[in-house]
Amino acid sequence: MSAAVERTVESPGPTPADEVVLSVRDVHTHFGSRGGAVQAVRGVSFDLQRAEKLGIVGESGSGKSALALSILGLIEPPGRVVSGEVWLNGRDIRRLSDRRLQRVRGQEISLVFQDPMSALDPVKRIGDQLTEGILWHNPRLGRRAARRRAVELLREVEIPLAERRLADYPHQYSGGMRQRVMIAIALASEPAVLIADEPTTALDVTTQAQVLELLERLSADHHAAIILITHNLGIVAEFCDTVQVMYAGRIVERASTADAFARPVHPYTEALLESVPRPDQLQRGPLPSIPGMPPNLAALPPGCSFEPRCPLGHGREICRERMPPIVRHGTGFAECHFADERRAGVAPAAK
Amino acid sequence: MTTAPVPSHENGDGRLPGLRPDARNSLLRVEELVKEFVVGGRRGGRQVIRAVDGVSFDVSRGETFGLVGETGCGKSTLGRCVIRLQEPKSGRVYFDGVDVLALDRAQVRRMRRRFQIVFQDPYSSLDPRMSVAGIVEEGLRIHDIGDRAERRQRALEVLSIVGLDAEQATRKPHAFSGGQRQRIALARALVLNPELVVLDEPISALDVSIQAQVMNLLRSLQETFSLTYIFIVHDLAVAEYFCDRVAVLYLGGVQELADRETIFREPLHPYTVSLLSAVPIPDPARERRRERIVLRGEVSPASSVPGCRFRPRCPIGRDRELCQMEMPPLQELKPGHWIACHFPGELPVARVRGERATPAV
Repeated sequence: MSAAVERTVESPGPTPADEVVLSVRDVHTHFGSRGGAVQAVRGVSFDLQRAEKLGIVGESGSGKSALALSILGLIEPPGRVVSGEVWLNGRDIRRLSDRRLQRVRGQEISLVFQDPMSALDPVKRIGDQLTEGILWHNPRLGRRAARRRAVELLREVEIPLAERRLADYPHQYSGGMRQRVMIAIALASEPAVLIADEPTTALDVTTQAQVLELLERLSADHHAAIILITHNLGIVAEFCDTVQVMYAGRIVERASTADAFARPVHPYTEALLESVPRPDQLQRGPLPSIPGMPPNLAALPPGCSFEPRCPLGHGREICRERMPPIVRHGTGFAECHFADERRAGVAPAAK
Repeated sequence: MTTAPVPSHENGDGRLPGLRPDARNSLLRVEELVKEFVVGGRRGGRQVIRAVDGVSFDVSRGETFGLVGETGCGKSTLGRCVIRLQEPKSGRVYFDGVDVLALDRAQVRRMRRRFQIVFQDPYSSLDPRMSVAGIVEEGLRIHDIGDRAERRQRALEVLSIVGLDAEQATRKPHAFSGGQRQRIALARALVLNPELVVLDEPISALDVSIQAQVMNLLRSLQETFSLTYIFIVHDLAVAEYFCDRVAVLYLGGVQELADRETIFREPLHPYTVSLLSAVPIPDPARERRRERIVLRGEVSPASSVPGCRFRPRCPIGRDRELCQMEMPPLQELKPGHWIACHFPGELPVARVRGERATPAV
């Protein structure tokens, strides 16, 4: 564990640009548990540009949702953000009081969950929930104006017969419509950053396409930066400019979407890409699968956390014993002992 | 036991639309299956919804037959009716020559040895109080097969085939991850040596890296046990990888049915093309090239309209009179390729797949 803290000193620094809206610096998040702390996020740093569409991919337990909640200050006990900074619009929002932070959430940064039902109040009409949200952020607006704004928002997210459907309860909406309402609520205050955590996972492909199109338009029209957390690599290819691959609480590779898919550097990224059936190729043979399971975050191996499953590093002493360095290239990086060889297309020496 | 097919829906050669010429020899033959649900009630508003609306298909031994479509298209209901987990309203199901719908309850129970189902959610489908071996043995116990020791031995055997060892067999389901639980569910289905397994979204709840493991396992089990699969899936990429033939359903009706090469390479139904267009391709270059059709609205059985089921959302038929007036019949345009559309092939598939234009050979 000490190794993890030590080496994050050399984590990729911020790219100095006034277009950076969100800068996450060396965030560590732990969850207490009897078998020792679960290190859900282990030193994550990245910058998000205005209007950038960033994808975060990884398996369950890779820390991608914990990272989102850490950024928003929504980690609940027994979890806590142990250290790190979250710079949003020029200040570290981790230093804000709960009250101030609550304002920031929703006004400057918003979250859309996978399950909109968990975020909507089931016994309140959609219209009232929307209006309340709008009033909370703009108390001087007045009820009637807030209601008009609610209708506008529903129209913007393409809820048919918006005016009439204000009176509906959440259960009367379909999953896709609920998700669009969540996006409407998130947008009510035109946030600079929208974090969408698996927003389409429970939806049909057709509804998923509608939601992605909506997010695309919002990023184009409102210049909101979007962090899209997903396990679906197709969605990343379709939607994101940049992708960060998470494994065992760390970003193990960051690259432009084009690079990540064409020339993945980290063996985990490559394995993930290969294990997905491509809808445009009539494959038949066995899919290259990643053996084993993600590591136990309460008892991480001393070296590279992917070593036990890695086709390249498994059994290598350096991978087993030593944490891999962050190897940077251009705007991206990969955390792998063999990143340079892999970028150069050279096979590493035999085990 | 009815055997005479209903003449009104027959094709020229006396075949029901959707069936192959040699359907009589298939392990499973489903004819004009109908399942209705009543929704609403109490103070009026009672409505009968056809979840499955006259579906016919047949599946040969060793084949994987895919049922795809959006939520509410009737694919799960259809799969369950076939093995009588739900009772259809009408139609016929023949399994290895036996008229399944004519069986009484005891006979159905005996038949269950031969067809099994694996559900999507491995968390809710396994009894949390039983050990893994106990869960797998249960079927043997119900069917009164072997003595205690034999049953345990058989359970351990099947568990080891799906990749779980004897030590794990004594634990309870909560000790296992989603992928491992799905292995347990598979072992439970396989312990009785079934011939047909209905797989209802068996990998949808699993992580990406685990999905590939389970798909590979399903493939090898199919070979080892010469299994026939009905694969219910909403993910078209998975259907394309896994199925031999595929039926695309919309509001309970087959829109297109063909072998997988045809469905995914040369689909002729605008719904199939739209579905394919909605699937993101994990290739950014291709994503940039391809055209996307975003279907408006959602499947809603209540809005059943005269004419084509798909018309209200159809990119080519929405405003056409023929589509409004007449329900297109399921027709065989090429041997084995069935389409229910008045204008098959009008919406080309090449552009939505981001393929570079290649001159026709």
